[in-house]
Amino acid sequence: MAAPAEPLPPVIYTMENKPIVTCAGDQNLFTSIYPTLSQQLPREPMEWRRSYGRAPKMIHLESNFVQFKEELLPKEGNKALLTFPFLHIYWTECCDTEVYKATVKDDLTKWQNVLKAHSSVDWLIVVVENDAKKKNKTNILPRTSIVDKIRNDFCNKQSDRCVVLSDPLKDSSRTQESWNAFLTKLRTSLLMSFTKNLGKFEDDMRTLREKRTEPGWSFCDYFMVQEELAFVFEMLQQFEDALVQYDELDALFSQYVVNFGAGDGANWLTFFCQPVKSWNGLILRKPIDMEKRELIQRQEATLLDLRSYLFSRQCTLLLFLQRPWEVAQRALELLHNCVQELKLLEVSVPPGALDCWVFLSCLEVLQRIEGCCDRAQIDSNIAHTVGLWSYATEKLKSLGYLCGLVSEKGPNSEDLNRIVDLLAGLGAERPETANTAQSPYKKLKEALSSVEAFEKHYLELSHAAIEMHTSIGRTRSARLVGKDLAEFYMRKKSPQKAEIYLQGALKNYLAEGWALPITHTRKQLAECQKHLGQTENYLQTSSLLASDHHLTEEERKHFCQEILSFASRQTDSPGHKIVLPLHCFAQLRDLHFTPSNAVVHVGGVLSVEITMCSQMPIPVYVEQIAINVHFSIEKNNYRKTAEWLTKHKTSNGIINFPVETSPFPASQNNLPALELYEMFERSPSDNSLNTTGIICKNVHMLLRRQESSASLETPSGVALEDGAHVLKCSGVTLEPGANRITFRTQAKEPGTYTLRQLRASVGPVWFVLPHLSPRVQYDVYSQEPQLHVEPLADSLLAGIPQKVKFTVTTGHYTVKNGDSLQLSNAEAMLILCHAENRAVIYSNTREKASDVSLRVQSSDKVTSISLPAAPAYHMIEFELEVLSLPSAPVTGGDSSTLGVTEPHRKHKDTQKAGYCMATTDHKVSIDCPWSIYSTVIALTFSVPFRTTHSLLSAGTRKYIQVCVQNLSELDFQLSDGNLVDTGSSGDLQLVPLNTKTPQHIYSKQSVFFVWELKWTREPPPSLRCQFSVGFSPASEGRLSIPLKPYTYEFQVENFFTLYSVRAEILPPSGTEHCRTGSLCSLEVSITRLSDLLEVDKDEALTESDDYFSTKLMYEVVDNSSNWAVCGKSSGVISMPVAAQATHRVHMEVMPLFAGYLPLPDVRLFKYLPHHSAHSSQLDADSWIENDSLSVDKHVDEQLDSGSIKSRGSVHSASSSEHKGLPMPRLQALPPGQVFNSSTGMQILVIPSKDDHVLEVSVT
Amino acid sequence: MAVCVAVIAKENYPLYIRSIPTENELKFHYMVHTSLDVVDEKISAMGKALVDQRELYLGLLYPTEDYKVYGYVTNSKVKFVMVVDSSNTALRDNEIRSMFRKLHNSYTDVMCNPFYNPGDRIHSRAFDSMVTSMMIQVC
Repeated sequence: MAAPAEPLPPVIYTMENKPIVTCAGDQNLFTSIYPTLSQQLPREPMEWRRSYGRAPKMIHLESNFVQFKEELLPKEGNKALLTFPFLHIYWTECCDTEVYKATVKDDLTKWQNVLKAHSSVDWLIVVVENDAKKKNKTNILPRTSIVDKIRNDFCNKQSDRCVVLSDPLKDSSRTQESWNAFLTKLRTSLLMSFTKNLGKFEDDMRTLREKRTEPGWSFCDYFMVQEELAFVFEMLQQFEDALVQYDELDALFSQYVVNFGAGDGANWLTFFCQPVKSWNGLILRKPIDMEKRELIQRQEATLLDLRSYLFSRQCTLLLFLQRPWEVAQRALELLHNCVQELKLLEVSVPPGALDCWVFLSCLEVLQRIEGCCDRAQIDSNIAHTVGLWSYATEKLKSLGYLCGLVSEKGPNSEDLNRIVDLLAGLGAERPETANTAQSPYKKLKEALSSVEAFEKHYLELSHAAIEMHTSIGRTRSARLVGKDLAEFYMRKKSPQKAEIYLQGALKNYLAEGWALPITHTRKQLAECQKHLGQTENYLQTSSLLASDHHLTEEERKHFCQEILSFASRQTDSPGHKIVLPLHCFAQLRDLHFTPSNAVVHVGGVLSVEITMCSQMPIPVYVEQIAINVHFSIEKNNYRKTAEWLTKHKTSNGIINFPVETSPFPASQNNLPALELYEMFERSPSDNSLNTTGIICKNVHMLLRRQESSASLETPSGVALEDGAHVLKCSGVTLEPGANRITFRTQAKEPGTYTLRQLRASVGPVWFVLPHLSPRVQYDVYSQEPQLHVEPLADSLLAGIPQKVKFTVTTGHYTVKNGDSLQLSNAEAMLILCHAENRAVIYSNTREKASDVSLRVQSSDKVTSISLPAAPAYHMIEFELEVLSLPSAPVTGGDSSTLGVTEPHRKHKDTQKAGYCMATTDHKVSIDCPWSIYSTVIALTFSVPFRTTHSLLSAGTRKYIQVCVQNLSELDFQLSDGNLVDTGSSGDLQLVPLNTKTPQHIYSKQSVFFVWELKWTREPPPSLRCQFSVGFSPASEGRLSIPLKPYTYEFQVENFFTLYSVRAEILPPSGTEHCRTGSLCSLEVSITRLSDLLEVDKDEALTESDDYFSTKLMYEVVDNSSNWAVCGKSSGVISMPVAAQATHRVHMEVMPLFAGYLPLPDVRLFKYLPHHSAHSSQLDADSWIENDSLSVDKHVDEQLDSGSIKSRGSVHSASSSEHKGLPMPRLQALPPGQVFNSSTGMQILVIPSKDDHVLEVSVT
Repeated sequence: MAVCVAVIAKENYPLYIRSIPTENELKFHYMVHTSLDVVDEKISAMGKALVDQRELYLGLLYPTEDYKVYGYVTNSKVKFVMVVDSSNTALRDNEIRSMFRKLHNSYTDVMCNPFYNPGDRIHSRAFDSMVTSMMIQVC
C-alpha cells in the first residue's frame, strides 16, 4: 500500500497516513519511549462506539506522533481532517519541584494557552517516572507531588488528563501495569477525540450539504469535504465507511445529472458540461489520483475526470475490501452511465473519443483486477469480467469502423486525421504504466496505428471474449460476438473465416426458433457463400431467403432471381444437377387421387392431383415436376385392396401433409403428444389393488435423441432416387401460393405403388422432397372374371318363384356381344324366363354405366343367358327367377306319385333338430365364356312348411288329422287340401271334414286338416296316405306359372280299436260325493271290441279249443298325485279274444284333494311271455323290468303306486342281480287300438268335514 | 417506457416479442436472445432454492450502453424479458417489478384461454394492448 502524497506533509516519523498526535515537552524522553509506544498502541483493539446509531466497531489504533507546532493546529474554518491533530500530549520526566516550577510549568502553560487559543480540548499530560532519577535525589518530594501539582495546576476537574508512566523502559510487572493503564488511556482519549471531532465534522458536512440548493453551492467543494471524511475512515482502516462516503457522493452527483436532464439544472453542473478534450481512461493503479483530485479541487474537472477519480477511489477501497468482482461490475455500470450522462448533459464529445475512453477504462479495470487476483480466481469469476471484455471488444470494433481500419483499402486521409485527433486526446502515457508492455494505452495506440495491428488486437479481444462466454456457458453471447467477427471478416474479404461463425450463430438461432435473427444471419451467410462460390449452399440459402416472409418483397425477389438466373445460366455441364430441398421452395399441401380410393385396375387411368404452395415471391417456371414411385408386387393384392378401400373411403381421397413451420424449433414441433394410460395391478388372490399408475405408451418417441437440425443449411444429402416408375408433369409455372398440379398415369402392372420423392426441376436445379410423409400409395390390381350368384332374400323358399342375383365381375375380360352364360338345368329347379329381364352394368367403382335388356333362352337341358357387352373391370348385374320344385320326379299333372323324395327325407332329418326349415340343395353348373371350366353353384332352398299327422279315435271311429305349420316369413294361401290312400285296399274311404275354400296360413302359424276314416270290411293293419295341398304366396295375386302342390306322405298303422277301457269312481256307499281322505272304489272295465284279428296274432295269444285269449296288463297311474291308489294298482289279466268280452277290475282309491279331479289313467299293455314261453314259472320273487317303460311292473307283488319313484331306484340298484333271468315283456298297445272312453272325465270330491285346513293348490 | 417486451417459451423460442422502434426490431431480437444466457445462469443458480421461496423477478440481466435488460421467469420457466431505455432513469426496480407482474397476469389470462395452445405464439389482442400500454406510458 503506497502512501498518498498529501499536501503539506506533516509526517515526521512515518510515511503512513495515520491520525496525528502531537508531542510537546521533552522530545528526548518521547524519542526514547516512541518505539515501545508505536508497537504497543495497535496491539489491542478498542471498541469504538459511534454516534447516530451506527454499529460499534472494534478498532486497532495507530498514530502518527509528530512534534507539536502551533502551525499544526487547524485555523478557524480549516476543515481538513487528515492533518487534524486528534490528540496533544505533553511529555515530562520532571521529578523536581524546583525544576517544575522553573521551566516545566511555564512550558506547560504556554502549551495549554496555545491549545486553548485553538479551542482544542484533546490533550494529555504524561509524567514519566524513573526510579533511577528518584534515587539520586533524596530531597525530592514524594513522587505524587509533581503529578499532584500538575493536576492541580492544569487538570481542572479533569485529573485523568494527567497520566503517570512508570519506568517505561524496564521490564517489570509494575512497568507493564503502568503501560497498560497508559495505553488504555491513550486509546480512549483518541477515540473520544475521533468521535467528537468526526461528529462535529459530519455535522458541518451535513449543514453544507443542506445548502446545496443555494446559488453559490459548489459540488466540488462539498466533494472535498466529504472526501476528507472518507480519508479519515480509510486512515482508520474503516474502508466500508469510506466507501459509503464515495457512494454518497456518487449518488448525489448522479441525482444532479438526472435532475439536470429533467430540466432542473444546478449552476455548478454546467461546468461539467464542457466539451470533452481528454479521454485517457481510468487510472486505477494509484490509490489517489492526485492530478484529478486537484482538478476537482480547482473546479476544473470535467465530468469524465470527476467520474474517473470517484471510481478510482471506489476501486481502491473495494480492493482493500477484497471485492474485486464488484469493481468489475461497477466499472461496467460506470462506463455505461458515463456514456449516458454525457448524452444527457449534451456534452460535445468528438466521435470515437468515448470509445477510446471506454476501451482504455475496460482494459485498465481488467488489468487492475488481474493485478490483485491469481489466475484461478480470475478463471472462476469470468462471469464478472466478461462483460468488460465484450464491451472493450465492441468499442474497439466501432473505433475500427470509425477510423477506416476495417475496410479493405485501409484508412483514408480523413480517417487518419481522425486517428491523430483521437490519439491526441489520449495525452501522454502515465508514468505508472509507462513500463508496462501491455498497458491499455499502448494497446489502443498500437491498434489505431495500422490496419494489421488493429486486426491483431481486435481478433485477440474477440477470441478472448468468445472463449470466456463459451467457458461459462453463455453460448448466445459468444455467437453474437462471433457474428460481429464474421462481419469483420466479411469486410476484410475473408468469407471463408466468416462462414463458420455465421453457421454457428444460425444453428443456434434455428435451434431456438428466433425468426428475425435467422433471417438476418442467413442474409449474411448468403453473401458469404456467394463470395466463397459455394453454389449449392448459396442457392439453398437463397431459396430459404426467397421464401422468408420477414424480408421485404424486393429482397425476396432478389434471391429468387438469383436462383433463376443461375438456373438459366448453367448450360455448360448438362449432366450436373444441383439438388436442393423442396420445402423452402414450395410446400406440398395435399394430394388427391382420382379415383379417390387410389385403387385402379390394370389399364385404368389414375390421376394424382397435388397442391403445392410455392414459397417464391414471383411465378417460377418449372420444367418438370416428378414424383418418384416405388413399385412392389404384393401377392394377394386384391384382398389388400379391399381392405384399403374400406379404410380410406371416408377421407375423400385427400391426403393432407402437415405444414412445416420452420421458424419453430425442432424440439417443439416434432414431439408427439403424450399417450398416457391408467394402469392397475391387482393381486391375483383377492383382486385387491396392488399398484396403480400411469403408463406413457410412446416413451420411445418422446425420449429418443433429437436429431440435430444442422443439416438444414448445408445441402442435405438428398439423393435423387432413380426408379422406373415416375409420374411426371412438365412445363408448369408455379405461381406464388397454392398451385394445383395433376399427374396422369395409366396403370400397368398390378401391385402397390408408393410415392417416394417429389421433385421439381428448374434448369439444373432440382428441388427435392425426399420423403412424402404420411405415406402415400396407390394400388393397381388385376382381377379374374368372376360370377356370383346369390339369392336376393335371406334364403330361398322352395316351391315358389324366387329371385336370384347374378353378378358378373368382368375383371380383365371384356364381355363381347354374343357371350353367354350356359346354365345346365337342375332337374328339380326351373329357371323362369320372363319376357323381359334387365341387366345393369356398373363400373368398378359402383357407378352405373348402362341398363340393357337381357335375353334368356331356355331349352330342355340348358338355359342360355346372353350377356350384354361390357368393358373390362365392370360388373353386370341381373336377376333371374328360379323355382325349386317341392318334391321329386314330376310326371305330368299326376299328383298321386309314389315314392319318398329326397327332400322329404331331409325334411324328417331336420325335424329332429328343431323347427328350422328343411332345405334342398340344387346344384347348377354354369359355363362362362371366359373359362373352359364350369362353375358349379349350389342354391339352397328351404321348404316353408312342416307337416305332422295324428290319428284320432272316437270309439271305433277313426280320424286323421294333418297339421301344416308355416315356418317361413311369408304368408301363404292353401287350397285343395287332399288326402289320398295310396295303399291298395279300396274299401277305405277318407271323408274330408275341411272347408273347400282356400285358407290363409300366416307366417309361423299352423293349419289343421281332418279326415274321417271309414271302412266297410276289416281294415288293413296299416294305411299309407299322401297329403297334398296347393299353396301360393298370399301377397301375390296371380302367378305366371302353375305351382306344384305341397305333398306329405305318411303311414298309419294299427288304427283299428281293439279295446275300450272305461274307468269309474264311485263314492263310498251311502254318500253322495267323494270326500278327501275317504276311500272310493275305482271300477275299471276293459272291453274287447272285435273278434280275432290279424293284429292279434302274436306271442301273447293262447289258443285252447277255439278259444283265444291274450294277456294284458293294466295299470292305474295317477301322475298328478290326486289319488292314492290303495292296494294293487296293476295286474295282469287274461283277456278272451272275442267281441264284447269284458274284464272288470275293482280297486280302492283315495282322493287327496278336493275339487273336480280327473280320473287316474288306466294303461293297458300287451303282456308278452318270454320267448321261451315260461309264463308259468313266474313266481313271486321274479322281477319284471322293462327299460322301455318308466314304471316297474311286477305281477304278484303289491305295488304302491305312490312310492313308485322311490322303488324305482331300489330296482335299478338290484336290477343287475336279475339279469339273464327269463322275463316276460310288456308291449304298449298302439294308441289306435285302445280307446279310453273315460278320458277327460272328472269327479267331484268335496273336502272332508272335519278338516280344518283347506288346502288349495293352484296349478 | 419499455422499448421491447418479449415472452420466451421454456424451450427458449419467442412466444411474443414486440419493440417500439420497429426499424430496430432486429437489434432487440438479438439483445433479448443474448439476454437468455444470463436468464439461464440465474435460473440455474436459483434452482437450489425452494419453489415457494423463489423470486420470479430476476432483476437486471445486463446493462448495455443504451438499454437495460430485465428478466422475470414464471414457475413454468416461461421467461419475460423487458428492455428499457437507459436514459429513462425514472424507472426503478419497483416499477419494473410491477410491470412484470402485470405482464405475468396478462400472460396467465392468455394461458387460460381454452383456444390458446400452450407453446403457440401469442396473438391475443388483450395481451398486445397491455404490452402497448406498458410501452407508451411516460416517455
